[in-house]
Amino acid sequence: MDALSSNRVENKHQLHSCWSCKGPVNDTDLFCETCHAVQPPGHANHFVRLGVGQAYDIDVNELEQTYFELQRHLHPDRFANKTAKEKSLSQQQAVSLNEAFDVLKDSLLRADYLLQVSGEDGISHDHTVNDPVLLMEAMETRESLMEATSIDVVNKVNDKARRDMRDCVKLISGAFAQSDLDGARKLALRLKYLTKLLEETRHHKARLVTASR
Amino acid sequence: MTEAVLLQIHEPGETPIPHAEDATLAIGIDLGTTNSVVAVSQDGKPEVLRDETGEGLVPSVVAYAPDGSAIVGQLAKQLLLMRPESVISSVKRLMGRGLQDVKTISGTLPFEVVEGEGMVRVKISGRELTPVEISADILRALKERSEDQLKQKIERAVITVPAYFDDAARTATKDAARLAGLEVLRLVNEPTAAALAYGLDKDAEGLYAVYDLGGGTFDISLLRMEKGVFQVKATGGDAALGGDDFDHVILEHFLSERREKYGVETLTTDDVKIALVTGRMAKECISENDEGDFVLEFNGKSSSHKITRAQFETLAAPLVERTIEICRNVLEDADMFPDDVKGIVLVGGSTRVPLVRKRVGEFFEQTPLSDINPDEVVSVGAALQAEALTVGSDNLLLDVTPLSLGIETMGGIVEKVIQRNTALPVAKAQEFTTFQDGQSAMAIHVVQGEREMVDQNRSLARFELRGIPPMTAGAARIRVTFSVDADGLLTVGAEELTTGISQEVAVKPSYGLTDDEMATMLRDSMVNAKDDMEIRLLTEARVEARRVMEAVYSALHIDGTLLVEDERAHIDVILNGLDESILGDDRHVINALVEDLDRATQVFAQRRMDKGMEEALSGVAIQKLENAIDA
Repeated sequence: MDALSSNRVENKHQLHSCWSCKGPVNDTDLFCETCHAVQPPGHANHFVRLGVGQAYDIDVNELEQTYFELQRHLHPDRFANKTAKEKSLSQQQAVSLNEAFDVLKDSLLRADYLLQVSGEDGISHDHTVNDPVLLMEAMETRESLMEATSIDVVNKVNDKARRDMRDCVKLISGAFAQSDLDGARKLALRLKYLTKLLEETRHHKARLVTASR
Repeated sequence: MTEAVLLQIHEPGETPIPHAEDATLAIGIDLGTTNSVVAVSQDGKPEVLRDETGEGLVPSVVAYAPDGSAIVGQLAKQLLLMRPESVISSVKRLMGRGLQDVKTISGTLPFEVVEGEGMVRVKISGRELTPVEISADILRALKERSEDQLKQKIERAVITVPAYFDDAARTATKDAARLAGLEVLRLVNEPTAAALAYGLDKDAEGLYAVYDLGGGTFDISLLRMEKGVFQVKATGGDAALGGDDFDHVILEHFLSERREKYGVETLTTDDVKIALVTGRMAKECISENDEGDFVLEFNGKSSSHKITRAQFETLAAPLVERTIEICRNVLEDADMFPDDVKGIVLVGGSTRVPLVRKRVGEFFEQTPLSDINPDEVVSVGAALQAEALTVGSDNLLLDVTPLSLGIETMGGIVEKVIQRNTALPVAKAQEFTTFQDGQSAMAIHVVQGEREMVDQNRSLARFELRGIPPMTAGAARIRVTFSVDADGLLTVGAEELTTGISQEVAVKPSYGLTDDEMATMLRDSMVNAKDDMEIRLLTEARVEARRVMEAVYSALHIDGTLLVEDERAHIDVILNGLDESILGDDRHVINALVEDLDRATQVFAQRRMDKGMEEALSGVAIQKLENAIDA
């Protein structure tokens, strides 16, 4: 039950009335302390919801264990015998948990989200890249990918993209650690491009594999 | 605590309506294309319910007598050869499908279908039936089998569906259960159910692939199993690819041989139904032996055909390769490689075909696991999940959406709102805008699939958001929300944000039944549909009353001192009355007492809130004080 209570204390004095027993409940509580009825998910920040500190560096395995533990209590499968209201609340809770976990486990989405909760613009609406270095790199890589006719070449592009991503994630982590949000934002855009590139190499590889058979 | 517990004694047979507690057992049903299986789990021990000969498989074949009564299973299968016009098999292939989705044999459909819009209808014994009604007859037979053997009324079930079933097919399955008088506790994906049964039985941990090739559908799911968590990483499949297609290619091969002998013949639906039985026999025969001889007979002429294992494998290879291609895509979706997979669980009767085993083994670079019964494992998983939902469990099934969901935008392009392989349940919103000045309505077309253009995907539903106030093009902000529940069923809502005009629709699929059709069928299927509704409402009232009572008891236990004696006595009287009313069967009395209790506890609730506030504030004060001391 640790996951249910840890890091959920910051709003301890914010109370609302439990929909079931009408008594006081802390806004961040998942269940009413008095009658144990499941509560609505509220608008907790993803980090708070999954009980981790608000930082870029996250142990994804640990995060996942917390996520499982929370789902064990909140998933609709636990509410099959309950009232319609409780079923609906459990679904809302599980939806919020899935959303939080989807964002935090992914190094790109997590960077974007952390920028947003830090008061910066996220990168999700940036459809154009205006970093000339990144643009040049993107063009060159795409060209070599398009020209690639052997799986070996594509694999090389693919491996390089994966390595670059790993390095980029490290740099993002460093930027956030030094509160260099502008730097983190630039790097996150690069990570976004690398993610897309990796996707393209996979597609290209699939095309080559299909053509070779 | 001083609450008096009142017991009301009933003579046996006197209680007019059964209490919810009496019907605790819920069954697990694998509603298959070729065969169905029903199982039950008690105290964590699952068991397939078998007939007197020990057979667990119930052929998913239904024969209709002239009076409309249905015969399901082995007997119906035998009747197929004698009276093909009154027998239907493989109806699962039609669930949630339109006419254009049905595959032909040399130009002839294996079903006598009725022309029309919406979900396909078949003509059988002179009646026109939907696949939902026919499936309901199969479910009814399974329900009866379980009631006979378990000696109690069974009203709740977990039913499995192919992971790759779309929204229309899932809804159709749920509708069929309702017609059969079964409440669906959960629709569970077949590969996930199989993984649950396998994982719990063998204490399996790690990444597993479940390759499920049934009679009419193919699924591949990658799951991570660890410490009671069954997490689907990615899933893929083809809802129209299965063992039936192997029968089809063999039959097409025989028919082409026959054309060389007799020229082009016209086949009737009945001819095709009987010929398909030969196709299936041939497949089963050469899965065991190297070759076999078969005879086709219609139009008064017979022809004999020989087929070898090698010939069959040449014919079936494209089908098997398609499944392997899908496996490859799923691994890519999950960013995994074949050697990341710890074991391959084979599910579905069609995995008995040697070519399938061989190719799956080659692709995943390991021998698939063979220590399970591929025909029964899905029903066992369903039964385990049924027990988990009713009795409780520490295990957790986390499944995903098999297909992306989106809406049609300008130029017939699909804007995806929920990507495939997203963990369930999920809700996502996307904003759209109007493209004409003064546009007062917006058509919303919901589609399911991976392709970019609308017409290449499956159309799920259309609805219109009306009453948008006149604005310039692009000024309205319409937020469309998709939510998919744990059954994989979609609800779509649309809201215009500047005015708050909103609309919510449970998606009624383009290939589904309308509410009216469903109501008529329910009326026809249940002699006492009204009683049934009454029981449901009563059960709901009891569940709600228990919830309210427990909430009040808990509050009294903790904060009882906030009440003076008179107030407490008043609440206790209502609690006792409510406790008593639950034993009765008048839901109006129960509901009225619930309202009374709510009124009687309002002041109590207010005092509890005040007390909570006070405590919180003093807590904050102490915190501040402590901080001050620290500083």
